[in-house]
Amino acid sequence: MPKAQTLTTPAVSGKLLATAAGFTGLMLLLAYLVAFDQGALSQSGMYLHELMHDGRHLLGVPCH
Amino acid sequence: MPLNHRPGYIQLLLRGLLAGLAAGLLAGGFAYLVGEPHINAAIAIEEAAAPAGETTDDPLVDRDVQSTAGLLLATALMGVAFGGILATAYTVLRRHLRTGSDTQAAFGLAGAALTGIVLVPFLKYPPNPPAVGNPDTIDQRTYAWLAVVVLGLVAVWAGVLAARTQSHQWRRAAAGTAAFLIVVTIAYTLLPTFREVPADFPATLLWDFRISSLGTQTVLWTALGLTFAGLLSRLTTGHRQTATEPVTTA
Ligand SMILES: [Zn+2]
Repeated sequence: MPKAQTLTTPAVSGKLLATAAGFTGLMLLLAYLVAFDQGALSQSGMYLHELMHDGRHLLGVPCH
Repeated sequence: MPLNHRPGYIQLLLRGLLAGLAAGLLAGGFAYLVGEPHINAAIAIEEAAAPAGETTDDPLVDRDVQSTAGLLLATALMGVAFGGILATAYTVLRRHLRTGSDTQAAFGLAGAALTGIVLVPFLKYPPNPPAVGNPDTIDQRTYAWLAVVVLGLVAVWAGVLAARTQSHQWRRAAAGTAAFLIVVTIAYTLLPTFREVPADFPATLLWDFRISSLGTQTVLWTALGLTFAGLLSRLTTGHRQTATEPVTTA
């Protein structure tokens, strides 16, 4: 069996790059929700912001 | 049929998200055991310092919930976000990573992220517990922190590019390290410095909190890299056993 067979090398196309960029944006939005959002994104007022307060500190995000 | 096995983006993405969830929960458990005692100690100092009457207002979320479910939710969501980004980076960059090993490629990307978005920012803007930090500068500190995260990744990237200009192994290491350090030094010099720790805040508590925060993020990225590499390895092993299966691309 050729050694190359064990490699996980995805096929990359222009369409895939666009999907990947879109998904990266979505993931950054999720990170923003945890790190910075104060209700604008979550539409939960300050609830989620307060809920995740300790996580923010321990993940190194400037909090207050 | 291509020699290389080519999984689709979705297959890799699902594994990244799963690895991120596991790593985030593990980091949350570490943060609860190692970090929470320091957060509680800092909040006790904050409340002791607040003028009488200001400490009684009802919190929106109970401290008990913040330090358990809230903490786990935060680290799990962050883990999922980082896992999705790691799988995406792997998909797009795999063919540019000059290694014959999937494990090395996945772990190398996680290591690059740990260096660029954890270690470089940590040394310039070490995280602060509650009761430390001037609320008036929170916007400047947030933008500066985001800038050092981006510049940390740029520094890693510069190191890789510089290393690739050399062919001799020692020169590769030296060039990579030099380029990385040059970018980090420029970033540290240009970015503003904030000195906001109150003079009477216990130094040992500050140190312990910062180390626990560094530990939390290190656990997250290390577990993410290892789990993602493990799931990739299962993916290829599984496909070798069923080599006649049609290759799917998403
Ligand atoms: Zn805080």
